[in-house]
Amino acid sequence: MANTGYDEWMAAIGDGEGYYLGCPDGHGSLPPRRTCPHCGASELTEEPLPETGEVVTFTEVHVPAPNFADEAPYVTAVVSFGAVKLTGVVRDMPNDEVELGTEVTADTDVNATTGEQLLVFRPADA
Amino acid sequence: MKDVRIAGVGLTKFGNLPDRTGRDLFAEAALAAREDAGVSRDDYERIYYGNFMGELAEQQGHQGPVMAEAAGLECPATRFEQACASAGVAFRQAVQTIRSGGADVVLAGGMERMNNLGTAKVTQSLAIAADELFEVRAGVTFPGAYALMARAYFNEFGGDTEDLAHIAVKNHANAMPNEYAQFHREITLDDAMESAVVADPLRLYDACPITDGASAIVLVSDDYAEEHGLDAPVTVTGTGQGGDKAALQDRKYLARTPAATKAADEAYADAGISPDDVDVAEVHDCFTIAEVLALESLGLYEHGEGIGAAARGETTRDGDLPVNLSGGLKAKGHPVGATGTAQLVEMTKLLRGDHANSDAVSDAQIGITHNAGGTVSSAVVHVLEVMD
Repeated sequence: MANTGYDEWMAAIGDGEGYYLGCPDGHGSLPPRRTCPHCGASELTEEPLPETGEVVTFTEVHVPAPNFADEAPYVTAVVSFGAVKLTGVVRDMPNDEVELGTEVTADTDVNATTGEQLLVFRPADA
Repeated sequence: MKDVRIAGVGLTKFGNLPDRTGRDLFAEAALAAREDAGVSRDDYERIYYGNFMGELAEQQGHQGPVMAEAAGLECPATRFEQACASAGVAFRQAVQTIRSGGADVVLAGGMERMNNLGTAKVTQSLAIAADELFEVRAGVTFPGAYALMARAYFNEFGGDTEDLAHIAVKNHANAMPNEYAQFHREITLDDAMESAVVADPLRLYDACPITDGASAIVLVSDDYAEEHGLDAPVTVTGTGQGGDKAALQDRKYLARTPAATKAADEAYADAGISPDDVDVAEVHDCFTIAEVLALESLGLYEHGEGIGAAARGETTRDGDLPVNLSGGLKAKGHPVGATGTAQLVEMTKLLRGDHANSDAVSDAQIGITHNAGGTVSSAVVHVLEVMD
């Protein structure tokens, strides 16, 4: 199933050319959007996603849904990139080393269970 | 504007009932509420019914007519879907319909059948309340979402998993005398803190169970109650609803639930009360941390102070503000689409004096219910008062 807007955004993240949608008031959001969810502005422009972000919260999931059956236990994190926060799975570092404030980059990978594109974070200093 | 009274309430036993159909569960609760109300069958004008995942659990959409039949009524029936707040918004719609003069008698309720799916499919089904593109695909489960909020809370305000365990212990104790509750098992702090990790930092005993069940309430206008001499001592004096961004990543706060604050502020203003006037509360503790977030967002505690309320004994049965005397979602159970009206059934009985735990709040005049959807991207709050 194609999800126009989202698919292109994920591909850009995977290519190292991630972006977010910025409004004139400086709010950030992710596509597909026609209006800023924070203030309703309709003039949205693609802004480059900062190269690194900081983990603002995370959880190690031990009981997965079927779409992550082959991943558990895995760490899902919410990462702040300034104007936007992204949610993804942390890769390339041990689960027990993920902390609040850990610096990561955004990338994509394949979900081993579903074969779908998956947003992932990798340690920035790797 | 017409005042709205609660004329009758009904519940099924909550529990692991995989073989019972949704229509049979709702029939049991609706018939119990109808009997409690004593309203003539012909006088029912609307059914507002909450259900979250009926398409997934029973391949049954368009549940309004199915449930009207089950309830033995012939009137228009509409289903409301708002994740775990489905029945709460159905009840709110009933209040608003009666207040506006659109009807004098409405049956509000909800039902969820879950256990027939098994744990893995239930986990998958519950996750559809989250943002599909940006959360579910990133591995966010329902417990995982609340775990993200719990860690953010600990980081911002302090507190720890032992504080959360006190909430689980309290709510299990409250459920003991409640015949409708799923669990009748006291637990210890050690039981809670040594249970299996579901989504770190949350453990099995931080989570509500998977529950089948139904709930129903007969609401009537004040005029109707007077004309028909109904015994309906509980009045709905306040209703409020709030919303937030669907995904946690788009929110301003990860450790606060402003949708509940909006709902509470509206409901308190509607009822002409302040949080200080609240004698007893039923809040949406789908996870222990959710009870903390609720207490703070409802204005019952300052942000950062709610985490220790159970440990300090303030929200226990004998405390100043008993919370979740029913056992809460944690121990009474959480049939998702039935929970909102189940909380209102429990609160009505607590205030009327015919609840197993009514003796803990024998002087209570004002009770509130807080029903949340998803990670509190939806919230509904109601104020119930006993009229002298």
